[in-house]
Amino acid sequence: MAAQSDTPVLELVDLVAGYRSRQGPLGRSRAVRAVAGVNLAVRAGETVCLVGESGCGKSTVARAVVSLLRPIAGEVRFDGRDVTALDRAGRRDLRRQVQLVFQDPYASLNPKMTVHDLLSEAWRIHPGIVPRGDWDAEVAALLERVGLNPGHATRYPHQFSGGQRQRISIARALAVRPRLIVCDEPVSALDVSIQAQILNLLARLQRELGVAYLFITHDLGVVRHFADRVAVMHLGTIVESGQTEQVYERPAHPYTQALLSAAPSVDDWRAQEGEEIVLRGDVPSPLDPPSGCRFHTRCWKARDLCRAEEPALVRRDTDHPVACHFATDAHVVAADGH
Amino acid sequence: MTELLTVSDLAVSFGEVRAVRGVSFGVAEATTLAIVGESGSGKSLSSLAVLGLLPAQAQVTAGSIHWDGRDLRACGADELRQLRGTDIAMIFQDPLSALNPSLTVGYQIGEMFRRRRGLGRDEARRRAIEAMTEVGIPDAARRAGSYPHEFSGGMRQRVMIAMALALDPRLLIADEPTTALDVTVQAQILRLLRKRQRDGLAMIIISHDLGVVARTAQSVVVMYAGRAVESGPVADLYTVPAHPYTLGLMAASPSARDAGRRPQPIDGYPPDGAALPTGCAFHPRCPFARQRCRTEDPELRTVAPGRTSACHFAEEVLSRGGAVGHPRA
Repeated sequence: MAAQSDTPVLELVDLVAGYRSRQGPLGRSRAVRAVAGVNLAVRAGETVCLVGESGCGKSTVARAVVSLLRPIAGEVRFDGRDVTALDRAGRRDLRRQVQLVFQDPYASLNPKMTVHDLLSEAWRIHPGIVPRGDWDAEVAALLERVGLNPGHATRYPHQFSGGQRQRISIARALAVRPRLIVCDEPVSALDVSIQAQILNLLARLQRELGVAYLFITHDLGVVRHFADRVAVMHLGTIVESGQTEQVYERPAHPYTQALLSAAPSVDDWRAQEGEEIVLRGDVPSPLDPPSGCRFHTRCWKARDLCRAEEPALVRRDTDHPVACHFATDAHVVAADGH
Repeated sequence: MTELLTVSDLAVSFGEVRAVRGVSFGVAEATTLAIVGESGSGKSLSSLAVLGLLPAQAQVTAGSIHWDGRDLRACGADELRQLRGTDIAMIFQDPLSALNPSLTVGYQIGEMFRRRRGLGRDEARRRAIEAMTEVGIPDAARRAGSYPHEFSGGMRQRVMIAMALALDPRLLIADEPTTALDVTVQAQILRLLRKRQRDGLAMIIISHDLGVVARTAQSVVVMYAGRAVESGPVADLYTVPAHPYTLGLMAASPSARDAGRRPQPIDGYPPDGAALPTGCAFHPRCPFARQRCRTEDPELRTVAPGRTSACHFAEEVLSRGGAVGHPRA
């Protein structure tokens, strides 16, 4: 872990963000608050993972962080400054400091550009990072850094495998020397044998360069050995956060417990039927989230209070914050997993 | 136990590429076989060949496929069509592409009963609602009138399972059935499949995820570059793998609940089917590889009771001990 300064690189303060959704061709469009009040900080050289299932708002957080989406309320702060208040030069600098690596390395690399052009494109847009005369050498150095053959700079993306393409995406993000990389499911599309290669690469780059990661994923297994801190997101809010080992060893929110229990593991051949927590039903629609605690419709601990009052994300006789009224109640084992 | 389906030395070519190079597997009633492999390993083509559903450029070039005593390679297209849906059913990763977007879900499930059982409209609808209830779709009578896009991913996969199981098939082939689903929904679907298997259904699960396989299968075939490199009962294979690739795959699989196991990558990349390495296809990535591996492709041989491995040094891999739950140096 790299040294961490006091001011976070990235800070989300009561962030509310979303998009407009139209129901049916003639329906009136309405605002979906996919992110409904999120607080999160990422310090220099640190890895914070945002974990959640589809529709929980984790990708909306990513879009707000890289300024692809303007917050409805709350703030995105970079180096302590509200990014919506930045002037033109400040915004330009922000776009260099914060980079994004996507899930699908097949879709995110322009197939008509060589690796050299892909990596040097940003130097054209942000002059002053690398002098033109040094481009070839810098491209070669970047490729070497991410474990690719520097001689392959003249090749096109289709000449590489999925894992190699993700290395190119990472090299492209690094080209502008960012302080924060937002990784949105960067290994989800890769074969298992390749996933660990990419995670190890990201970890090594962090040690060498001190870059911070906001890592967004649905896969609890992937982040366990990679994250410094974890925030579990459910329907637009963070339900539990803490140091990685705190959350994994002592999960206090029923949703985190269910997620951990449901994540398949190679040791599961030993498991007995009914051992894992299987939640009832589907994730409710973010268009129409449940009242009170947004998890109460699927929660085996839910009582009247949960339907009426949204629990705050605070410590509750736990060593890390959890948004559950009954987090410290004796572990209720659901009958038949329900 | 007698096998319902027995596939021997199956070979499939895809254009010029030998995509499946001699694979054997079998499955009996009330058991689940998993075919594990990464993209391009030939796992999906192997199962499509069983059903006679190979894409146009692909064809079976060798091997035998026997179903309940019948030779499926000798069957005509009509016979195979008759078999699909009634005796053997299949579900895929993406249920949305397998459903007709312009017909209600109830109508599409009911079609199975109208076409294959000759039932009338009302009776077919009633049976469709029954089938939907059976797979845990709440409020099935009302939901039968909904269109596929009105269902969530998990519910759509339930619809596919309801359709596949509608006519009480004896074998279900499930190709990455939960890969597109969230983990909490995946747990629901796997539980549903396990229940049907206990009730007598034979299943073949095709997956890249050793965790999903661990939760469903009793026996496993591991494929790499078009070949079966290892097979055996789940407990044996997961405790002590007999092929370096299985060992590597185990070590690479992340686990949310085991603090001691950091995923270890397998070096290099899977080979291109059109330009396979000489000798053993895994040798460029294999920590056990020696000169012999570069020149001689190992036979799949029995290395322990009920277990096979296609590695010259399988005994050495076995004696090395398990990858799982082993303290790291």
